[in-house]
Amino acid sequence: MGAFFAVVRRDMALSLGAGGGAGLGVVFFLSVITVVPFAVGPDLVLLARIGPAILWVGALLASLIGLERLFAADVEDGSLDALSLSSMPLELTAAAKGLAHWLATGLPLVVAAPALALMLNLEPAAIGAVVLTLLVGTPAVTFLGLVGAAFAGAFRRGGLLIAVLVIPLAIPVLIFAVSATSAAVSGPVPFGTPFRVLLGLALFAIVLGPVAAAAALRAARG
Amino acid sequence: MPVLDLANPVRFMKLSDRVLPWLAAAAVAVLCVGFVLAFRAPADYQQGETVRIMYIHVPFAWLGMFGYTMMALSSIGILVWRHPLADVAHKAAAPIGATFTALCLITGSLWGRPMWGTYWVWDARLTSMLVLLLLYLGVMALRAAIEDPNRAGRAVAVLTLVGFVNVPIVKFSVDWWNTLHQPASVFRMGGSTIDGSLLWPLMTCAVGFTLVFLALHMLGMRTEILRRRVQALEARAAAEAMA
Repeated sequence: MGAFFAVVRRDMALSLGAGGGAGLGVVFFLSVITVVPFAVGPDLVLLARIGPAILWVGALLASLIGLERLFAADVEDGSLDALSLSSMPLELTAAAKGLAHWLATGLPLVVAAPALALMLNLEPAAIGAVVLTLLVGTPAVTFLGLVGAAFAGAFRRGGLLIAVLVIPLAIPVLIFAVSATSAAVSGPVPFGTPFRVLLGLALFAIVLGPVAAAAALRAARG
Repeated sequence: MPVLDLANPVRFMKLSDRVLPWLAAAAVAVLCVGFVLAFRAPADYQQGETVRIMYIHVPFAWLGMFGYTMMALSSIGILVWRHPLADVAHKAAAPIGATFTALCLITGSLWGRPMWGTYWVWDARLTSMLVLLLLYLGVMALRAAIEDPNRAGRAVAVLTLVGFVNVPIVKFSVDWWNTLHQPASVFRMGGSTIDGSLLWPLMTCAVGFTLVFLALHMLGMRTEILRRRVQALEARAAAEAMA
């Protein structure tokens, strides 16, 4: 486990130290939230109703676009080869990098969400539900996105490819996250029902993502 | 002849050269019978003549899923046995399956306009098929993005299998999402379970379109094998010219 946390620490230091890594994602999130009222109008009742969905779409896009550089730098400078020579399986390396990436870029989105939710006129119950679903759902998106990030890194393709590959896979996460939020506000099912499915999806993604990403990296090496 | 012999590209070319004309002829013949049966079948008491779209729409939907299953099986062949023919089969199946999925969506929306009064609804089935189309397009985009065919083959195989694992989850989620928001009563087809007079034309058309799929797939595989041979010959000629 020592090697696992060493990779987590290294990646976190790299993405937090490089400047703008974590902050840039939050600024992108803020930008998405800002353009929506311009598009749909400043009606606070309407914004309160569609607010959770806007927050989730913004967080989804911010998570996906942030994935672009996850493996790219390590492929380019050869440190991925060094990492894959260590005794730790490539799957665990991918999981460590995914965890570090989520801590550095996903968690800030969750922390920023309440402030953005206030701007969209969400009521307190909805804010709590959105933050909880983001806390559980953004790791799911990040780990599902690992496979897209592996392709993007290995084949030097941009974030557009990641989004095209990963969005279909992330639809279930979006469905249950937004359902849980609307259940918390207006029912009819209790918040726990969709939320537990969301937890299950997150666990599934955390297992599947690193395995698929490692397979993708091996395939790319040829 | 053992199945493994077929995995040899030269044998495959020889055999498919003989089989393909018969397969294509069978596809045309069965489809002709199917279309005649479909037009002679009684019109639905509620949907009238528009029910006939079903005879092509439902086979398209099945073949859209059949194509992805075929790609997933080919992916196992690529990753486990690293067989070049599996890669050829995968590459040939993708555009055909994507086309059938798109045709399913288009014929469905043409049927939906007179029946539901709208070209598109966010019904669970429509949405699942749309996601399937997105998965197809993602696989094709990834293959197009990678120059080296060997690496491309294994990369798309990984992606195809990840998508295949996710298809049931997407299907379940979308069903849940739809039933939460709107009950399924509106979208039940005419409220009638299918009668034998409609079922036989449907099954004939389904077999016919499956033969069309298989014939196109075999043709696609042959074209791809020839394309790779031409590329190899060109590369050799260029190398000889250099020397």
